[in-house]
Amino acid sequence: MTTASPPPAVLGTQPEPAARAPRRTRTRSWSGWLFIGPFMAVFALVFLAPIAYSIYLSFFRNQLVGGNGFVGLANYAQVLQDSQFWSSLIRVVLFLAVQVPVMLLIALLVALALDSGRLYGKSFFRISIFLPYAVPAVVASLMWGFMYGTRFGLVGNINSAFGINLPNPLSPDLILASIGNIVTWEFIGYNMLIFYSALSVIPKSLHEAAEIDGASQFRLVTAIKLPAIRGAMVVASIFSVIGSFQLFNEPAILQSLAPNSISTYFTPNLYAYSLSFSGQQYNYSATVAIVMGIITMVIAYAVQLRGMRKES
Amino acid sequence: MSVAVEPSRTAGKRTSKPGYVRMKSTRRGVDNPRRSVLLTLLTGVILIYSLIPLVWLLINSSKTQESLFSSFGLWFSGDFALFSNIGDTLSYDGGIFGRWFLNTVLYVVAGAGGATFLAVLGGYALAKFSFPGKKAVFAVVIGAVAVPGTALAVPTFLMFSEMGLTNTPWAVIIPSLISPFGLYLMWTFASEAIPAELLESARMDGAGEFRTFFQISLPLLGPGIVTVLLFTMVATWNNYFLPLIMLKDPDWYPLTLGLNAWNNQASTVGGDAIYNLVITGALLTILPLIAAFLLLQRYWQSGLSAGAVKE
Repeated sequence: MTTASPPPAVLGTQPEPAARAPRRTRTRSWSGWLFIGPFMAVFALVFLAPIAYSIYLSFFRNQLVGGNGFVGLANYAQVLQDSQFWSSLIRVVLFLAVQVPVMLLIALLVALALDSGRLYGKSFFRISIFLPYAVPAVVASLMWGFMYGTRFGLVGNINSAFGINLPNPLSPDLILASIGNIVTWEFIGYNMLIFYSALSVIPKSLHEAAEIDGASQFRLVTAIKLPAIRGAMVVASIFSVIGSFQLFNEPAILQSLAPNSISTYFTPNLYAYSLSFSGQQYNYSATVAIVMGIITMVIAYAVQLRGMRKES
Repeated sequence: MSVAVEPSRTAGKRTSKPGYVRMKSTRRGVDNPRRSVLLTLLTGVILIYSLIPLVWLLINSSKTQESLFSSFGLWFSGDFALFSNIGDTLSYDGGIFGRWFLNTVLYVVAGAGGATFLAVLGGYALAKFSFPGKKAVFAVVIGAVAVPGTALAVPTFLMFSEMGLTNTPWAVIIPSLISPFGLYLMWTFASEAIPAELLESARMDGAGEFRTFFQISLPLLGPGIVTVLLFTMVATWNNYFLPLIMLKDPDWYPLTLGLNAWNNQASTVGGDAIYNLVITGALLTILPLIAAFLLLQRYWQSGLSAGAVKE
């Protein structure tokens, strides 16, 4: 990866003082473990042990005859042929392909507008647009769900006020877009803040040099600002991709408001949840979760590689 | 997957920022460009989008159940019932809302407080110590972050139920103690904020590692700690999935789970529809966090730009 000037936020650069300052290697000792030890102990309990246990579970199956038996990769074979799993996966991929670009684009435009310094009341904009992040997904889904509602929601109000019949956002055709709107609302501010933080550390001397050279605002954005925050954009994309694949809260909560539109296998996460907690199929549920984990990691890795290749 | 963003630029920012502020008033140009009405209006569209649901919530929490159904959603109507709604929310079902509120506070104090504490210690170790296995620690933590939460949820539930922890506060608190994002943020923050020379002179004076940490390093980590604390607070306050699988007994519910239970009540046969209480309860649920973000703005915004990255 080459580093153009201005120095872009480089993905994969860790603060590793030991590597830069050989002098410090003399102080290499176990005392660091006094500080990292507690974190790693809890981490092993709540991350590593469940992952290992999950992999273990996925190789077994509770059969009517013979009880719990080792079945090798049979659960994995079943997942790959499971049409409910595929339909949930396709649904989140569709969601991802539309919602993530829209959300990140809006967040980026707002961050650029804030960073340009041309807004009246900049800090009011910044804090207000960020506020939805502090709203729990449960409250966000309930609020939007009520607003979508045709009974006491805004959609119902508009229908009765103008005597028209807007399509119901909670109907099966529109529910995915309606969930996309909720997620976009929740996370525009969060992503905006990431971009804004990255923009605000670009040295101002670069702007000045560009303005003296007569560069337009548009050139300033495309030639200086966007390349400089590429790292932040890649990170935001990766986390949005992971978030989309894990979509659970919003559909799970809207289920009671729109029972006909959201099935038990609406997203892979909801499917894994229903399998374990309604169906008691723990082994199969663990397998679905592992397959989703692997798919998520592969895609997140691909996004990262792509982001880094563009940079060079 | 590594999520680091070059930390060295943050140092430059911190030292040069006061300079801009002073120049702002005297110079036009890069630091003080002409304000644009058009741009403000365009960005205003997003501002309205961000605030409308919150305004809706505020307006509708002042309505009775009847006027909820009969009036326009974005304006007040009927009796101003905000205070009676709050009273009803707090007293409904023997005051269970208060119990949920206290549970949430417990989960936040223990979970977010503990997570911040572990992240500060760990980030400090990664930033300022060289120890055997450091690279392995890094690789394992980064690798595990990419694993989706649900891949962990089911096995964690099964493990905890064998240990007898499900349906107790521990089942919610223990998994909240790990914040890889907090660890990362403290790591970048500590490598910038604590000069190595300071630690070395403390060691040469014979101070123990813990004494050095508490007396010298901790005070320097202030803004970073506030930032990590705020973000772990949001994560635990807003947590839904983890308590959903771990808790059966409504007495241990946090607010998020309780509100959803109230909402579901309307769709169960013979259930009492209490939409006005769901809406007022939602308002009461988000107020503390919004207040915390507004009051601590100065700290978390500076802490974040030091990391210049997010979870």
